[in-house]
Amino acid sequence: MRKHLLSGITVVLISAALCACGGGKKNETTAASAAQAAPAAAETTAVSAAAETKAPETAETGSNSLSAETPVAGGRVVFGITQDLNSLDPHIDTDAGTRDVVFNLYEGLVKPTPTGDMMPAVASSYEISEDAKVYTFTLRDGIKFHDGTAVTVEDVKYSLDRYAELYKGTSAFSIVESVETPDDKTVVVTLTESNSEFLPNMVVAVIPKSNVDPAGKPIGTGPFKYVNYVPGEKLVVEKFADYWQEGLPHLDEVEFKIVPDVETEFVDLQAGTIDIMKYMTEAQIQALGSNSDYNIVESSMNLVQGMFLSNTYEPLANTKVRQALCYAVNRDEINQFIFGGKSKPAGTHMIHAMGSYYEPATESVYTYDPSKAKELLAEAGYPDGFDLVITVPSSFSQHVDTAQIIVEQLKAVGVNASIQQVEWATWLSDTYRGGNFQATVIGFDGTMTPSDWLKRYTSTASNNFCHYSNEEFDKLFAQAYAEIDMDKKASLYKQCEMILAEDAAAVYIQDPVDLVAVNKKFAGYTSYPTAAEDMSLIYAVN
Amino acid sequence: MKNILQKLVTLFITLFCISFLTFTAFSVIPGDAALSRLGKDASPEQVEALREELGLSDPLPVRYGRWIGSALQGDFGESYRYQNNTVKSLISHRLPVTILLALISLCIILVISVPLGILSARYSGKWIDVVSTQVTQVIMAVPAFFLGILLTYIFGLVLKLFQPGAFIAPSENLGASLRYLFFPALAVALPKIAMVVRFLRNSVLSEMEKDYIRTAYSKGNSENAVLYKHVLKNALIPVVTFLAMVIAEILAGSIVVEQVFSVPGLGRLLVSSISNRDYPVVQAIVLYITCVVVTMNFIVDVLYEVLDPRVRV
Repeated sequence: MRKHLLSGITVVLISAALCACGGGKKNETTAASAAQAAPAAAETTAVSAAAETKAPETAETGSNSLSAETPVAGGRVVFGITQDLNSLDPHIDTDAGTRDVVFNLYEGLVKPTPTGDMMPAVASSYEISEDAKVYTFTLRDGIKFHDGTAVTVEDVKYSLDRYAELYKGTSAFSIVESVETPDDKTVVVTLTESNSEFLPNMVVAVIPKSNVDPAGKPIGTGPFKYVNYVPGEKLVVEKFADYWQEGLPHLDEVEFKIVPDVETEFVDLQAGTIDIMKYMTEAQIQALGSNSDYNIVESSMNLVQGMFLSNTYEPLANTKVRQALCYAVNRDEINQFIFGGKSKPAGTHMIHAMGSYYEPATESVYTYDPSKAKELLAEAGYPDGFDLVITVPSSFSQHVDTAQIIVEQLKAVGVNASIQQVEWATWLSDTYRGGNFQATVIGFDGTMTPSDWLKRYTSTASNNFCHYSNEEFDKLFAQAYAEIDMDKKASLYKQCEMILAEDAAAVYIQDPVDLVAVNKKFAGYTSYPTAAEDMSLIYAVN
Repeated sequence: MKNILQKLVTLFITLFCISFLTFTAFSVIPGDAALSRLGKDASPEQVEALREELGLSDPLPVRYGRWIGSALQGDFGESYRYQNNTVKSLISHRLPVTILLALISLCIILVISVPLGILSARYSGKWIDVVSTQVTQVIMAVPAFFLGILLTYIFGLVLKLFQPGAFIAPSENLGASLRYLFFPALAVALPKIAMVVRFLRNSVLSEMEKDYIRTAYSKGNSENAVLYKHVLKNALIPVVTFLAMVIAEILAGSIVVEQVFSVPGLGRLLVSSISNRDYPVVQAIVLYITCVVVTMNFIVDVLYEVLDPRVRV
């Protein structure tokens, strides 16, 4: 066990070193270009603040500890995915699994970096006005689409307008007043109100205005271009020779192979059919053994996994009851049991990767204390506990396993919990939309915009499926959202997070660890805090 | 002729009933096609818009009428889940794989089970019979998914006779495709072989006890002559019925085996369409399966008439 842990750590260090190495070579890695871009954008308080405070997670070690493995140009990687793609149209908002993949095809004016910052992409630089109402982007010189045509400001405007048209009601695009193109190099996005966290929304893919079928014939500016897609089987993409980042991508071709069954995916990995597999279980890693052909990269799923509680179910409307559940659930045990203790504990609805927006103090609001839980239950008027049905989508084994452990833990404090497994489609329609549940174990992902994570707890949010309501939270959230000063904003969001923790809005459990197996023939796998599987950084080693 | 006509009418009535039942079933069970496609972050307005676009807001009889209307003209519509893909293209892409898999499995079943079943009966109580009975017993008891995993492990990972997951479409390279499909076909065939062997053995044995066999022996026929000329002809009749059901089952797509061996066949498409609530695809596949089953029954009936003159009225 210990040996495994050690080798796991080594692997992480090695891969981190490799990322850093890449930057030292002639390749302009994402991190490096982000740093260059920051000074270019004058008066951009937003950018520099974010860049300083979000500590890079992977690229800390800069030594050339792995000179033996030299990158080889070319090669073909097969990346295993268990979920089929939803749509190749980048403006159709889809699941994280699809966004992971299409990240390689498309880019916005800006794109996320592995550290969670924003770096210029289709734009070469940007400027944010003092009042954070006007965002001005300068188009990158010579940038081309996959079909060889040059990207114009009209394409940018078309893309932003198209996305806004689709999602103006629900997304941050509701505050976009106008998208203008004063000259053929400049795009000006004007907002109806000040919003200093608007930049991450500019990752909206830029696509050519001339393409009438973006879903069937995807064209973007990303490092890879579309070759073919067979529903339920695979998506194949190939190197885009005219990609604007010099030296990227390394690979010639990438196949995203859809294998719906995890066990089958694991067999395919062992057979060498698949080169990279995500979400490995502890058992699978042990089955690979020590003399395996795979490196295990440890990253994070960037989810807030928790047991979410419906306030419409009477006992759970009582704060004391919810707090009792928080004391009764032993997060360490769950983490140890399912993820070998490698997951990060969660205490609120925000992930660690959000850096300065994350309040670490929320993790220690509750410690495992069954007697305290019983006390609180008695105070709330439930000395003998109550019945609780936990709904779980059956296709997510980690949530089902978590729920099973929780049921046992709740028994210890007298709460009679039982599990109801439902199909994913049923979970979506009945549990999530219909609000027809008492408690549910699930994980939520999000974007790099902090408000995205927290907004669902405001009383009037349409996706507030727990029917949580807290006036103080609503007030603080509104304040934080409107705040321009990034430090103040961060501190207000942190207060929001603390309220969620103390008020026990949900039983927050963890941000599960993501163990990724990468064939030793390849290196450079880099994890992102947002839905992105960046294949451009991966390279073959000899 | 009248007989055949009657059966054709029954076929259409069956198809109609089954398609209506599946249609109704999907409107009763929870889950929503629009929601399944848009995921949990979609706004209620978006979901409503997509429902409208897919025509899901209409009442059930209207939707069914619309569907059957175009289905009768051979148009099964577009997939809800895969935009820009017609149901026809999704199915026709996978059908050859499933048919190929079924054919190979059928060959394996016939080649192994018929001789083994006869041998078992011929040498009933001898070692070959004892061994075959024990082995078939074990094979039948093993769940399909486990058998699949076992076979991929042995032939794929240990013996490296094929590369799990690296399936090549028959249209690209038929030889390579057949070579890969042999192993999933084996997984499909093994439990069926076990069943056919037992079935055939028992059928032969019970036939052997009949009076006409005694007559055949008394006429001076050798054991082999009795077995192949007289017994087998009659013993095969129930086996043919059974085999027809097996073929129908395999043609419907071997869900588990396709999953384990990553073979993109109909079974996998059916499962994913159900969980995505992709009704047009589910409807079409169910229709196909019904067709296969009813047709196989039809063929069996005809075969009966050929094999057993008593059925002819």
